[in-house]
Amino acid sequence: MAAGELWEVFVRPRRGLAHVHVGSLHAPDAEMALRNARDVYTRRQEGVSIWVVAAGAITASSPDEKDAFFDPAADKVYRHPTFYDVPEGAGHL
Amino acid sequence: MYGNDFGPDQSLLDQVADAERALAEAAARGRDGAPDTVEEQAYFDQIVAAEQKIEPRDWMPAAYRKTLIRQIAQHAHSEIIGMQPEGNWISRAPSLKRKAILLAKVQDEAGHGLYLYAAAETLGIDRDELVDMLIDGRQKYSSIFNYPTLSWADVGAIGWLVDGAAIVNQVPLCRCSYGPYARAMIRICKEESFHQRQGYEILYTLAHGTPKQRAMAQDAVNRWWYPSLAMFGPPDADSTHSEQSMAWKIKRFSNDDLRQRFVDMCVQQASVLGLDLPDPDLRRDDKTGHYAYTQPDYDELMQVIKGNGPCNRERVANRRRAHDEGAWVREAAAAYAAKRTAGVRPEPAPVGVA
Repeated sequence: MAAGELWEVFVRPRRGLAHVHVGSLHAPDAEMALRNARDVYTRRQEGVSIWVVAAGAITASSPDEKDAFFDPAADKVYRHPTFYDVPEGAGHL
Repeated sequence: MYGNDFGPDQSLLDQVADAERALAEAAARGRDGAPDTVEEQAYFDQIVAAEQKIEPRDWMPAAYRKTLIRQIAQHAHSEIIGMQPEGNWISRAPSLKRKAILLAKVQDEAGHGLYLYAAAETLGIDRDELVDMLIDGRQKYSSIFNYPTLSWADVGAIGWLVDGAAIVNQVPLCRCSYGPYARAMIRICKEESFHQRQGYEILYTLAHGTPKQRAMAQDAVNRWWYPSLAMFGPPDADSTHSEQSMAWKIKRFSNDDLRQRFVDMCVQQASVLGLDLPDPDLRRDDKTGHYAYTQPDYDELMQVIKGNGPCNRERVANRRRAHDEGAWVREAAAAYAAKRTAGVRPEPAPVGVA
């Protein structure tokens, strides 16, 4: 049986880098989830810090709505620096 | 080694990419060179000396924490207040294209404010408290935003000079010793590149337009040049926080070094624009390769910092009004969330939910 609720696991690989999602596990509470995550996901010194987050606490965007959800950014090319012509000879821009 | 920041031909994005690479490399090195002490201050010092990042749950000196909160908050406030001078021209942008671009830029500034408030919150300060400190004047924002935007060309001058100066200041912050701040700055600097270029393009277009448009561009540059130089802060001899911040590797270069770097860049960029920088004494020193320039009026800077600039009262009053007038949105959002949770019709929203 899957003991307890589902927890998503985030590991900071090394000092200076952000925590990255690495997977999930089942555990009855947060403390056990943290210990199990240590045992499962950092057996080979993969990280220096772990976050566990109850999967139910995560609100995710829906794959079905992906297009409509992200479409508004598609036609705004002017958000990218490459949209602008830099005149010949102008450095450091 | 960090002279790389000043590489003569490096674009802004190259410099940011370098900083990001250095961060990853330092992180990789950390696996081997773990500090060999359990004593807190010594551990902290070793991490900083090894170009590693201090992370939120690490021990850190109280003064380091306090300095970072002050600096990151001031930076966040500057992004938020900085929306006002440019926002002034959104409704009067000369074309739909320029309007969409300016909207996107002002929207970015709000996003930058958010990244920075979030970085400050990792140090244990509450976002609401930061907002309060801005609107009751206990914390400052960059003095540059206390100058008015009198013409459309000012939008170009802000992008070129003000964002340009901000970038020169901010690229070294991508290497700051505090992890969340460094990572936020890498993200911000990548986005700033568009801001500077759009400003430059506006000025280039005006400078190559009608005589009237050209005069408008020159007038904007004349008014924004010295306030932009003042953005780097007081001269090194009078800078109160610099030495300790350098030792902590929060700051990498002195105010005067960064100002010089900015001047050298702008002279070349101005010549391509075909506009003059309003400094009759600007000339290249053949020995150093740097440009000698007239210092901004630091007495004026101190006056503006104290609250006596042309727009200080207006900027803070606008911010306070926006915060107060937005209270009902925060209350409505909280009431809606409560209603969804309870599945019933909510009680009246609690007062003062932020």
